[in-house]
Amino acid sequence: MKKYQLGEFEEIVILTIGILFKDAYGVAIKDEIESRLSRNVSMGALHTALVRLEDKGYIKSSPGESTEDRMGRPRRYYQITALGKKAMEYSKDTRNQLWSAIPKVALELKIVSRGV
Amino acid sequence: MKENKHLPPKLAWKFFRWYCHPKLIDHIEGDLLEVYQRRIDTIGKRKADWKFIGDVIFLFRKGIIKPSEGHRNLNAYGMYKSYLKIGWRTMLRNKGYSFINITGLALGMATAMLIGLWIYDEASANKHHKNFSSLYRVIMHRTSDGRRWTNWGVPYGLGEELESKFPDFKGVAMCDWGGRYTLANGENIINRGGHYIGEEAIRMFSFLILSGDKNPLHDPYSIVLTEETAQALFGHVNPIGKVVRMNNAYDLKVTAIVSKQPKNATLQFDILLPWALQERVNPGIVQYKTNWGNSSWQTFVQLHEQANAEGVDKKIRNVVLNHFLNDALVATSIKPQLAIFPMAKWRLYSDFENGINTGGFIKYVRMFGILGFVVLLIAAINFMNLSTARSQKRAKEIGVRKVIGSGRSELINQFMSESVLTSLFAFLFALIMAGLALPFFNELSGKEMSLQLTDPWFWGIMLTFTLFTGIVAGSYPALYLSSFNAIGVIKNNLLKNSSGSLPRKILVVVQFACSLVLMIGTIVIYLQIQHGKNRPIGFEKSGLISTGYSNDLKRNFDALENELIASRAAVSICKSNAIPTEIWAVQSGWEWQGSVPTDKMTGFSTIATEYDFVKTLGIKMVEGRDFSKDFSSDSSALIMNQAAVKRLGFKSAIGQVVKWNGKPRTVVGVVPDMQMGSPFGTVDPLMIVFYKDWVNRLCVRVNPTSPIQEALSSIKSIFNKYNPGVPFEYEFADDQYANKFNYEELVGRLSLVLTGLAVLISCLGLFGLSSFMAEQRTQEIGVRKVMGASVFTLWKMLTTSFVSLVIISILIAIPISYYVMFNWLQGYQYRVGMAWWIFVAAGFGAITITLITVSYQSIKAASVNPVTSLRSE
Repeated sequence: MKKYQLGEFEEIVILTIGILFKDAYGVAIKDEIESRLSRNVSMGALHTALVRLEDKGYIKSSPGESTEDRMGRPRRYYQITALGKKAMEYSKDTRNQLWSAIPKVALELKIVSRGV
Repeated sequence: MKENKHLPPKLAWKFFRWYCHPKLIDHIEGDLLEVYQRRIDTIGKRKADWKFIGDVIFLFRKGIIKPSEGHRNLNAYGMYKSYLKIGWRTMLRNKGYSFINITGLALGMATAMLIGLWIYDEASANKHHKNFSSLYRVIMHRTSDGRRWTNWGVPYGLGEELESKFPDFKGVAMCDWGGRYTLANGENIINRGGHYIGEEAIRMFSFLILSGDKNPLHDPYSIVLTEETAQALFGHVNPIGKVVRMNNAYDLKVTAIVSKQPKNATLQFDILLPWALQERVNPGIVQYKTNWGNSSWQTFVQLHEQANAEGVDKKIRNVVLNHFLNDALVATSIKPQLAIFPMAKWRLYSDFENGINTGGFIKYVRMFGILGFVVLLIAAINFMNLSTARSQKRAKEIGVRKVIGSGRSELINQFMSESVLTSLFAFLFALIMAGLALPFFNELSGKEMSLQLTDPWFWGIMLTFTLFTGIVAGSYPALYLSSFNAIGVIKNNLLKNSSGSLPRKILVVVQFACSLVLMIGTIVIYLQIQHGKNRPIGFEKSGLISTGYSNDLKRNFDALENELIASRAAVSICKSNAIPTEIWAVQSGWEWQGSVPTDKMTGFSTIATEYDFVKTLGIKMVEGRDFSKDFSSDSSALIMNQAAVKRLGFKSAIGQVVKWNGKPRTVVGVVPDMQMGSPFGTVDPLMIVFYKDWVNRLCVRVNPTSPIQEALSSIKSIFNKYNPGVPFEYEFADDQYANKFNYEELVGRLSLVLTGLAVLISCLGLFGLSSFMAEQRTQEIGVRKVMGASVFTLWKMLTTSFVSLVIISILIAIPISYYVMFNWLQGYQYRVGMAWWIFVAAGFGAITITLITVSYQSIKAASVNPVTSLRSE
């Protein structure tokens, strides 16, 4: 199924954009991911993901204001598109399906084994 | 500043700027710098530098790096998108102007479309025949009264001779001039028109045989029907093999059904009859197989592919002459000469002058082509004018665009694409308008045309034409607007009027001059038609009907006459060889006292009749009397018109003896010069001869004292009694006379419509311009009003400039239209003079229309309260 392609990191980025809602620009997204998932996000990885998401049409961007510490460079704010929302829901649904398909025993076993 | 002190490592930064995609560079750089500044505050400059370098390296990946060939837009699509968007917004912002602009252009385009369709219909006439390029008709040049005449009439025996002696012809078909026939299927009786025609014609003209025989005219007692005729006769029954009774005398077998010819085809018919049948119906015709002196038939030929038309011309040149080798007069005076005339010229190039092809209807096709173009031109001028005038409103936009870096070519592109957008809208409207107007236009022009919406050619031509109009119409604003000096435009906002308004004035003058020429032309055409209609015709055409003749009527004529007069429905009836408004026969062989030998070869218009011709037609005799039963010698009598008296050189005609074909005839009466030929031509000498049984028509003078419908119905019942089996069909002489004006009426009606449109479009333009002017001068008007100017003074001020332009165009239009119409009138011998009042009326009309158009806006502007207009600053 190649209906909606959303990589793992891409999914994190798009979710974060959703969280930040109107304040989603490069550095803010990076900070948000880093603080929530406590993992380091490189500028390269983030921007590549953003470019890809935009190419796929899941997000759209618009130029915003610039600040002093950006030396006059404008921020670029990202927003989730309708298509992006569908892709996110699809991704969530597939996960839920997979979750519900796992037999209970398997999970219990896991708990048991951990207990042991 | 802090930022200035702490800059990231230059090399890494430069590297980043070098590889990064230009579309992404701004905000990624911003992000990098933001993070860098933050890191400086938290972890110090050195570490921040390293981290920055790391970030730059991690960013060096697919998606961020610019493409190797560099970044550039491969097309200017984005720019055009912007142009169109701006164009659309401008259009919406100025709804009034846009409406005037688009409507004007659409009217012009719709007109051009319809005229184009009309020209196409004329030019494509007969092209549906598969052998279009190899089909010819035989024509004959003859000399009479010192001039060379050309017509399509050829001798009866020509077909056979051409077929048997010349190998160049793939097919030869004789044909008569057509007539109306009564067809009966049992009780179902109808009258239809058709031709006796050679059997080859079916193949030569590639008539589409819907059902039946491939060679359906082979048997002399066969008949070919069109689909519509078959339907009328037989309904839904298959007619093939059924029998139709023609003229209540001949039983013909239906051998084929063909489709009806398109309305622009030369050969029109409801039925086709075998050529061989003609000899059975009319046995007297057989003598003309050997007598080549009667040229009353037409011949169509098809050449072989390898035959050369000029060679054939030479070969057949003397075919007729060779039958008169023993008659020296024919060779020296008439000099009959045959030629073949290609189908491509039949419709539009049928005029001959002294044996030379001089054109024909094509002059009207050209004329309307030009007129259509002129109307389109006027519409395009409007468009240019309004766009140029409006340019002042957009001067700032142009200035700003130039400052930002837009070159001249971009601005030209912008205005071109805007005008193409407008013209596309206009095209859409024009298409709708043309579609709606087509039924009326068809009625007006007597055609059956349709928009060829499925034809790719139509779309190709129309879209090319739209783009062309858009580009031509947009060229002036595009070139003119883009030439503005950016600084001047922005500084002054308003342009100096003088530079922009001169071309605009010239355009207005051109536009109005065109409309005026059309106006004067139309007036002259209508006056000329009226002139012809008012011409005294020498007989009483109202209350006069003519009807067909038959063997039954011949047998019962006396009884018919008695009963008609006894019933008081008619006052008199006469036999004639033609309808009262036309001459159908021209006879030579006349000799008189003082005639020279070649006079015998001269043809005179001839009417053959018996008693009561003068009485029935209501002619006031100049001298003498009508043919009368009281004089037994009248069977060899003659009446002539005044032109004939003059031509024959008689001082007093009555009692003179004139020989016709060797037999003496005494002149008993002189009639005035009656209008029986062209209403605009000179009246030819006319001989009215008493001649038994040369009858094609019966003329009936309806009793003027009884109501016409009652009289007609009793005439009908009397005719039905004596002429059973043939539906009574009649025509009024005034209708027949009115038909003579068909050409001129068509030209008049079409030019009236075109003139109306041209004037309307011009007025639309003027309306737009005047409202613009008024708007421009709002403040000036306000100030003037405050200072005490009256509405009238302001109105005068605003209208003067337009009126003076119109006066200039009147001065230009008068000589042009005088020249053109003077030449047009030269084509008519009986013509109206061009009185001075025509020009005065047209000029006065133009000024009135201008005043009305302009006044609305100027009075509106002049009556605005100055407080509002001055506050608007």
